[in-house]
Amino acid sequence: MLKILKYSFYDLMRSRWSYVYFAFYLLLGVVLLFLNNDLSKAVITLMNVIIVLVPLIGTIFGVMYYYNSKEFTELLLAQPLKRSSIFLGQYLGVALSLSMSLILGLGLPFVFYGLFESSAIWDFSLLLITGTFLTFIFTALAFNIALSNENKIKGFGYAILLWLFLAIIYDGIFLMTLIMFEDYPLDKLSLVGTMLNPIDLSRTLILLKLDISALLGYTGAVFKQFFGTNIGLIVSLIMLSVWVVIPVLRIMFKSKKKDF
Amino acid sequence: MVSIQNLHKKFNKNVVLSGVDLNISDGGIFAVLGPNGSGKTTLIKSILGMVIPNEGEITVLGENIKKNSDYRRQIDYLPQIANFPSNLKVKELIRMIKDLRGNTDEDQYLIELFKLEPFLDKKLGNLSGGTKQKVNIVLTFMFNSPLIILDEPTTGLDPISLIRLKELIQKEKAKGKTILITSHIMSFVEEMSDEIVFLLEGKIYFKGTISALKTKTNQPDFEHAIASILIDNHA
Repeated sequence: MLKILKYSFYDLMRSRWSYVYFAFYLLLGVVLLFLNNDLSKAVITLMNVIIVLVPLIGTIFGVMYYYNSKEFTELLLAQPLKRSSIFLGQYLGVALSLSMSLILGLGLPFVFYGLFESSAIWDFSLLLITGTFLTFIFTALAFNIALSNENKIKGFGYAILLWLFLAIIYDGIFLMTLIMFEDYPLDKLSLVGTMLNPIDLSRTLILLKLDISALLGYTGAVFKQFFGTNIGLIVSLIMLSVWVVIPVLRIMFKSKKKDF
Repeated sequence: MVSIQNLHKKFNKNVVLSGVDLNISDGGIFAVLGPNGSGKTTLIKSILGMVIPNEGEITVLGENIKKNSDYRRQIDYLPQIANFPSNLKVKELIRMIKDLRGNTDEDQYLIELFKLEPFLDKKLGNLSGGTKQKVNIVLTFMFNSPLIILDEPTTGLDPISLIRLKELIQKEKAKGKTILITSHIMSFVEEMSDEIVFLLEGKIYFKGTISALKTKTNQPDFEHAIASILIDNHA
């Protein structure tokens, strides 16, 4: 698996898109720091961008890489290699190279700005950790979609729909339910609802770490009670890991049964 | 070498193989023939484990191939359409496959044989079809495996390369290897193969030597014998 990982990783590192992605984050980091002139504020703005953009890039890159490397995959399938190691290797290659662009692209400007002397270092690290989690989650979901759809256009369509659903539509439905049942106690329900969407989960986690939950009213207090504690942090990170593990298991399961 | 029992495969509702039984003994050249869509490539891909059968059992060198990947170390496979990752250089591809399968020195000789030196630093996406096929052949023959599977090996080759390929195949046969070939070029099949396997509508219609086929169909030459099978079954 490590050999496949190595080749996929090098292949992507040589492709133009990794550089574009890296340069984008670099630019974003520099511009935000320049405009905000304050690390903590820059982290908040950055969160809003990352929470939406990272899943989108992960999804599109994942689907694109799978379809583009079909020939490579077929070449590998005739070699004495396990199917699971071929696909896991490719998946990890994509996810790692995307994560690296994210971490380096954002990390460099913040480090030069004086991250290590600032109190925002923990918030910033949490931001990068959730960003990496989101990359791994959405690349895995994208591989799942691509494995199940021979047709490229369909695959792309489903991938974009998935992103749209989790990034935007889910929140809408969630909010509507909260409004419709506002007479009932909803804090537990909304907690669960947040847990079930990795994007919401990441957003809430970072927001509450940034200590601006006072803006959120009573529900915010319940959330703060949960997410603000160490147990909440650990449970959230476990939830994010589950979001990685389940799609990865499905990649292994699905790839074993597929015809090429 | 290879034994297949009651192999069934359908893609959605399209039945491709329906109960193939086949035994391929050690050594010799076997040609798998059949009209378009008769399941030749599916049969070969099933042996390679790329297509998962619905039913049936395949053993290669005594090993059941189900949930097994290591047996592929014993197989050299030449895919039908040489589609390689287009942003890799020929040299890099060869190095990569060697890295994945183990080292070999055979590649130098094969590169010389097919005059591929000028292309080593070119990207695979920029090569012509014939040159890609030559790279494909180098990748296949550089490992010394007892079973060689060639899917349409002659595609796109110029006459000199074709002659070299034939010599190469004969040389491998002389080493006692088993070679499975599919081809639509009847003259190539007649010249090369010891035995033919004729697939028709997902079943094995005929297995035996070319002369046996001629006797069976009452035709003086091979090409007409094949044609008569097709006419008899489609008229």
